[in-house]
Amino acid sequence: MGINFRQETFRDDFSFRNSPEQIRRFPFPFHEDGYMYSVNIEPHVPGRKNTVFEHLFDVDEHYISEMQDRAMVLAEDPLRCQSLPHMTLAGWDTLELLMTEKAKSYPDLFSLTRDGDKWHWINRPLGIEDRFTFGDTSTLPYGPLEYITRQSQGDFAVLDQRDGNLWMDAGMVTTQADWSLDFDIGMNFFEWHAPVPLAHEMGVFTRALKFLMALQQGQPARRFNWTMTINPRLDTSPENYHKWGVDRTTVTPENVGHKVHLRVEVQMFFRLPRSNALLFPIRCYLLKMEELVTSPKWARRFHRVLRDLPNELAEYKGLVRYRPTTVEWLSKYDDGMPTSPGFGPD
Amino acid sequence: MKAGSNRIEAVVTDVVVVNELVKRFHFQRADGETLPTFSGGAHIVVEMRDEGRTRLNPYSLMSSPLDTRDYTISVRRDDAGRGGSLFMHNRVEPGQRMVISNPVNLFSLDLRARKHLMIAGGIGITPFLAQTAQLAAGSGNFELHYSFRNDKVAAYADVLHARHGRRVHLYRSDHGENLDLERILSSQPLGTHLYVCGPDGMITWVRDTAAQLGWPAEMVHYEHFAAPQPGKPFDVTLAASGIDIRVGEHESLLEAIEAAGLSPPYLCRGGVCGQCETNVISYDGKFLHNDHWLSEEDRRSGCKIMPCVSRFEGKSLVLER
Repeated sequence: MGINFRQETFRDDFSFRNSPEQIRRFPFPFHEDGYMYSVNIEPHVPGRKNTVFEHLFDVDEHYISEMQDRAMVLAEDPLRCQSLPHMTLAGWDTLELLMTEKAKSYPDLFSLTRDGDKWHWINRPLGIEDRFTFGDTSTLPYGPLEYITRQSQGDFAVLDQRDGNLWMDAGMVTTQADWSLDFDIGMNFFEWHAPVPLAHEMGVFTRALKFLMALQQGQPARRFNWTMTINPRLDTSPENYHKWGVDRTTVTPENVGHKVHLRVEVQMFFRLPRSNALLFPIRCYLLKMEELVTSPKWARRFHRVLRDLPNELAEYKGLVRYRPTTVEWLSKYDDGMPTSPGFGPD
Repeated sequence: MKAGSNRIEAVVTDVVVVNELVKRFHFQRADGETLPTFSGGAHIVVEMRDEGRTRLNPYSLMSSPLDTRDYTISVRRDDAGRGGSLFMHNRVEPGQRMVISNPVNLFSLDLRARKHLMIAGGIGITPFLAQTAQLAAGSGNFELHYSFRNDKVAAYADVLHARHGRRVHLYRSDHGENLDLERILSSQPLGTHLYVCGPDGMITWVRDTAAQLGWPAEMVHYEHFAAPQPGKPFDVTLAASGIDIRVGEHESLLEAIEAAGLSPPYLCRGGVCGQCETNVISYDGKFLHNDHWLSEEDRRSGCKIMPCVSRFEGKSLVLER
């Protein structure tokens, strides 16, 4: 298989881009020409080849560069990774899940050898090799959650389950769409979702919580979320708002194609076996408008979705300022023809 | 939603007589792999194929979560029950193939606790066997109080005492040894969480006493292990599916719905988790609610039933299934 890992940046000169193959496998989140909230949860089972769902944890051409970006974020702000004291066991659960799945899915890139609690881990793309004792935090250079999520694309929230609720008690969050682990740590499911408009009235969160609390081991689930980002910046955090907020004023008809990105999150849910906690990986994929329109179907559909998006949602997603310019740019790629059902690019 | 498979093909590797009421069953995976990791307090659902009928009964895992080469459960024989425990006792032998579920934990340890205080009655001891093994391995702080009728039915009292010594306190009610609950609850350090598993009366007693002594409800955890009870047969119309079914004497309503080809969601099959809650469209008769899920208001309104444990007597019952 072999992945051609790209050397690129998500800050400063923003050299990030997708190869044509990566564009084809982008997880386009709209199955129809419009968008409204739904509890759009489906089983997270390995899917078709050459999609991001081929394996439970997707590794792609951006892997090495994303991990370098994460290391830079953590160097500036160590609070992006936190774990309350009772969540250490859930950290070991997470480490086990990610190591076993990566080694199984990508044996040429990762290997894990277990002899009782003596584990040997090799990560070839990042040049990491460690022998450690499972369960003994002193044998790793970081806590178990930080150790493995410095080697895994996407953010990870780890939710404790107790008192009929879920609690944001640990996580690694450096590629987020404007939310902060340091702010949310210790909050319950309703508290951290409080800012979301419309969905509360629709009962979305009550139903979602009921579903998540009943999620069983061995039966992971996933859903999509999406927003837009100006420049391919992974770290659009409240902490760094002063660095990226202003980017939203820089969109012009000339630069939409390479400056405006569709940002899709594949959110997954796993029941962790030892801690009974929930692991909530949030994997972010970016796609430039000029990359998106290489699929005529996606171009037509995204034009219609963005044009017809309710104002509350546009405001919450922070795309009010540049929506008209982007819709105008996309309209050139929408000839009004019908689009085929399903997510695929045709 | 069905994701992946929740069924594990297993082989019964051993059946051990624990005492005159209890047998222990050991399961390994049929393919020789290790079983899924679990946490103390988890249960599995065992599928019993009994002459054309399928029973799905939940049992707490009692083996150590640190060793998943096999799972063990203990089954107390209930001669007046619907036959699940009798099937396990009389029909299940070493070498037999059975299907079990992935573990589900509805009685997990609160890992924030500075100390875990556990109170068990009778066969309610089983989840604590796994939890104490898990805590002992991680140098967790716990104290277990276990009461039983007499030495003959004191399942695993010796094992627990040998493993954990003075952390285990045993009470034989035929010797007049009674748990001094008020004293125990009054002498705990701050940050202690309380867990209770046993007969309904014991759970109520422990919860009420804890509440009176000022324990916050979120620090008191409990698990009922009530199995569905047999009862008179009754007829039900499943309106959404357009099917009429009859629930047999030794069958639960949930099992009868499943036998008709439907798959309502479930986790505990014991009236606790709320997953199989079903709306009642109309009825003429009397509900026999045996669950711990519905509120008094739900029960009075007559518009909901928990088909895993509850029954009905009367002329007609129409459900939204």
